[in-house]
Amino acid sequence: MKRSGLFWIFLAPVLIWLFLLIVLPHLDLLILSFRVGKSWSLGNYATFFTEPIYWLTFVRTALYSVITTLLTLVVSLPVAFYITKLSRPGVRGFLMVLLLLPFWVSELVRVYGWMILLRESGVINYFLLQLGLVERPIEMLYNDATMIMGLVYTSMLFMVVPLVSVMESLDDSLVEAAYDLGASKICIWRTIIIPHCKPGITSGSIVVFMLVLGNYLTPNLMGGKNSLWFTEQIYNQFIASFNWNQGAAFGFLLLALSSGIIWVGLRLSGQRLGEVAS
Amino acid sequence: MIRSLPRSSAYDRAFVVFILLYFVFLFAPLLVTCVLAFNNSDFPSLPWRGFTLDWFFSDGPKRVGIFEDADNLRAIWVSFKTALWVSASCVVVGVCAAFLFEQENFKGKNFLYFLMLAPLVIPGVILGISILLGATTAGIYFEDHWNLDIELFRPSFWLVVVGQFSFITTFVTLVVSAKLRKFDHSLEEAALNLGATRLEVIWHITLRYLRSSIIGAGAVAFLMSFENFNTTLFLVGSQSTLPINLYLQVRDGSTPVINAISLLLIVGTSVLALTNLYFDRKEAS
Repeated sequence: MKRSGLFWIFLAPVLIWLFLLIVLPHLDLLILSFRVGKSWSLGNYATFFTEPIYWLTFVRTALYSVITTLLTLVVSLPVAFYITKLSRPGVRGFLMVLLLLPFWVSELVRVYGWMILLRESGVINYFLLQLGLVERPIEMLYNDATMIMGLVYTSMLFMVVPLVSVMESLDDSLVEAAYDLGASKICIWRTIIIPHCKPGITSGSIVVFMLVLGNYLTPNLMGGKNSLWFTEQIYNQFIASFNWNQGAAFGFLLLALSSGIIWVGLRLSGQRLGEVAS
Repeated sequence: MIRSLPRSSAYDRAFVVFILLYFVFLFAPLLVTCVLAFNNSDFPSLPWRGFTLDWFFSDGPKRVGIFEDADNLRAIWVSFKTALWVSASCVVVGVCAAFLFEQENFKGKNFLYFLMLAPLVIPGVILGISILLGATTAGIYFEDHWNLDIELFRPSFWLVVVGQFSFITTFVTLVVSAKLRKFDHSLEEAALNLGATRLEVIWHITLRYLRSSIIGAGAVAFLMSFENFNTTLFLVGSQSTLPINLYLQVRDGSTPVINAISLLLIVGTSVLALTNLYFDRKEAS
């Protein structure tokens, strides 16, 4: 087949974009992570495994990301269920808009909102003091629980939206039939609703996990001194200690972890990346 | 259980309470931020000391409102310029990519499509450092071999544009592709039969058909760029964008000016998002 000139006009910018801005930089990341000074070395990775502060942060970040993803799922399931199966059809569109709106707003603004609510001189403490529920203000910011709540808050949308779209495709008559045959609520959830929602759960979980793992703002502003996130370690290597090779190694490890988890998630659910993306 | 089945009123009530609490959780931080922008106090906290517009219009010396705050205004302007460049270039390349993946067949298409999706699964921080490293390596190479010192390869305004472009284009491509997939090809064939060239067909018919999705994708690209933090963090030079500037201020203590900026951002993004949604609905019906 003869190629038209248009084909090359379409292809050229796409090739430049993908090779110059995606492939080459990540190859560079990989190469630099194996260099110390001017020579090749595994030193950067050795540092990671021998210094507990680094690999502990890595493991904690991964673990907290899993916990956050699970919590997000637990909160989002009933919300999606209510919107699709319980709310009146007229209200549904309005609820969806209401649900989407906060997520258009910059993450920084949302985190800042939580900071002025929760900190020692914050709004919640003011009301608690006024009501006489506490004697002196409590510091609610800067601990792991608050940080996880913040992470759930910032990434919830990416769970709710796919769940709403799979639940919409669930035929009500299946639930009705199960009910008529005497199935309990738990049984209906376990054998009908959850299995039907699996694709939505997978794609939501993958996106949320990736976003939480790579988050910098929320752990940095809401987490305490002891809840260091792995992205902060990367930032420190780059900006504070100027050890770019070490930072590259950390970056590559994080990239490997997130791609690995996504791959496993896709494998377990038998989906392809293209399907999840759309 | 569901709408069509009998439910106990306790079940209904419990669910309504849950949803109400959820929406309170969703909106509380935004609402508090907006309200405290008007509090006549030097700190963004209660008690309420009366209504004021100082944090918008006051020109100092004790209080500087956002419209007199040269530093933050400059950051807003930088973010605005960045977002314009990013959304314009993302739309151009994104449309090319959509045509390439929907209308052409070639060797290695699947591989290229996979690469196009990759930015979705690369955390923003990693993309930021990769592009920083890549640019620095390229800069050193050009300097050593041709003795050229190129501004673009150092953290700067243009490097931020390039960094944001590299992943936002993927979103534009996906949105435009989805629309292009539904295109009725007989329209193109009819025009070709009537003697139009391929370029004329694309210009007059296909792009016309895609217009709403291109504008929508451009608006989303603008917002994503305006609010981006993770990738930008590693690429900013001396001209910091608004999210970076705000982050530095929030980290080092806060004044109600930040609330005022947040309020403007909330109103601005809501208007843009609602307009986008409105046109989407109109299109769909």
